[in-house]
Amino acid sequence: MEVLKIADKTFNSRLFTGTGKFASGELMRDALIASESELVTMALRRIDLKQQKDNILQYLIEAKFNLLPNTSGVRNAKEAIFAAELAREALETNWLKLEIHPDPRYLLPDGEETLKAAKELVKKGFIVLPYVQADPVLCKKLEDVGTATVMPLGSPIGSNNGLNTRDMIRIIIEQSNIPVIVDAGIGAPSHAAEAMEMGADAVLVNTAIAVSQNPVDMAIAFKLAVQAGRMAFEAKLAGKSTEAKASSPLTSFLS
Amino acid sequence: MFIELINTYDWQNTTDLIYSKTDSDVQTALQFKNRSIDDFMALISPAAEPYIEEMARQSQMITQKRFGKTIQLYVPLYLSNFCENNCVYCGFNTENKIKRKVLSYDEIKEEVIAIRKLGFEHILLVTGEADVKAGATYLKKAFEIIKPYMSLISIEVQPLKADEYSELIKHGLNTVYLYQETYNRERYSTYHLKGNKSNFENRLMTYEHLGNAQVHKIGLGILAGLEDWRTDSFFTALHLNYLKKKYWRTKYSISFPRLRPHSGNFEPNSIMTDKHLAQLIFAYRMFDENVEIALSTRESAVYRDNMLKLGVTSMSAESRTNPGGYANPELNTELEQFSVNDDRTAAEIANMIRSNGYEAVWKDWDCILQ
Repeated sequence: MEVLKIADKTFNSRLFTGTGKFASGELMRDALIASESELVTMALRRIDLKQQKDNILQYLIEAKFNLLPNTSGVRNAKEAIFAAELAREALETNWLKLEIHPDPRYLLPDGEETLKAAKELVKKGFIVLPYVQADPVLCKKLEDVGTATVMPLGSPIGSNNGLNTRDMIRIIIEQSNIPVIVDAGIGAPSHAAEAMEMGADAVLVNTAIAVSQNPVDMAIAFKLAVQAGRMAFEAKLAGKSTEAKASSPLTSFLS
Repeated sequence: MFIELINTYDWQNTTDLIYSKTDSDVQTALQFKNRSIDDFMALISPAAEPYIEEMARQSQMITQKRFGKTIQLYVPLYLSNFCENNCVYCGFNTENKIKRKVLSYDEIKEEVIAIRKLGFEHILLVTGEADVKAGATYLKKAFEIIKPYMSLISIEVQPLKADEYSELIKHGLNTVYLYQETYNRERYSTYHLKGNKSNFENRLMTYEHLGNAQVHKIGLGILAGLEDWRTDSFFTALHLNYLKKKYWRTKYSISFPRLRPHSGNFEPNSIMTDKHLAQLIFAYRMFDENVEIALSTRESAVYRDNMLKLGVTSMSAESRTNPGGYANPELNTELEQFSVNDDRTAAEIANMIRSNGYEAVWKDWDCILQ
């Protein structure tokens, strides 16, 4: 399988993961290790910046994951930029998952503020991975201002509803010159495989692993599904046909 | 305004409607995902009581999906027990001949340091209503002292003015808990005899100020023990529905204070049993996947241990309801608002949560994010 490149890093695994909703720090660590994920996102608001011995962080650093701090909780560009700078200082990484959701229920991203913040953050030297609606025009605009990827949603965060935005995601993938990571709503390994078969560069999964009865096994299931989907994409899926092929071709007279 | 909406309802009619819900209304409410306020009414009705196990199952599933297996911990800090109101059910009642105290800024610091040692990052500041002794200016200074030690500051104090909320948000205010106590306008005045709190409409208007100030979270609740909990909870849900549509940037939380022994001699008018409270919590969760649900130390250890997996998202621990109670636990116990029921330490509560297969979350915010 092709190696995935984002900014200055390469990834063997195309499964990105999150740290929320796990029943314990130990379980989170075990599941993330089993997933073989190489990029893990965590909410800045959950990390204890005052004390150096933060629980979540300790596990992630020990297991040598690449850290992707996110700005979950901020409601506008100004707050996001401030949070990003704190994250860079505290975690010593300029990678950032930019999340701006003023709506605390469905956590739907604010495209207008995201674009504004992305522009500033790129100028300030951040590697920006923005969480956005599956909006092809917005994704092109983000690419134009220099984000490292786009992260369109499949369905609302935590909904486990799968790729309800598949038609738009297909257009985003077709048009994008930067990696497309399908984030949010992926509730089953089959959803992840579907996104990868469509040509997404990676997927980000959290709730479906964390909330499962057996997060470690579910992490492995997602790992395999992402690999299967990617291999199928690279091997080129056979086209679908609704009709049987005619046994006497219409163009036989041309040969 | 919510006041206009609530004016279109009649208390007695609403009560009758709830009590006339049938088995088939409940079954309909159990089946559908996007539940209406009418479904909520069925779920809190007596007709839903036989379905409590099914409701618990659904509530658990929805909560785990939305919040994971986590319980957030917070601690109340009582800053002052001075109060100008005469609320018949409250220990801080201005007529009660009890010792009064407002913490000095030095004492606040002492308390916060003691609280920090217990592990807490989320703090809830509580006062009686005394604008001069413990108003917005006092709170602002308190925030400045507390901010270096805590990640999330909430208040449960008298209603403030809209511009005071905006100012406090700039200084770190995240959540405001404000309980209407009862939505029965006629009976409201029989519980709130004197002081600013005796004005039903003004209190209700405060929620609009909070929404306009874009406070991060608003906590709603009634005091169970005053009026029929079913009718009062219906109006709370109606209020929640109204607020979340109008003030869509704000999160919401529901609490369920039940009357506890306190100074004074008010006896509850209506009893909410453990089973009723469970039914109500499940109904809220099925009505609103996102609303946060808090269960305080007013409830017993056994009850809290069992409910933590069934819909609750946050819990207080090691609460002392007397100003100064953390740094000097032995002093001033006669100042307390009510006696807590679950008196385990924060560490014991955190261990209990973990032993139930849940993560005890101390920190889920940062003052720097606002």
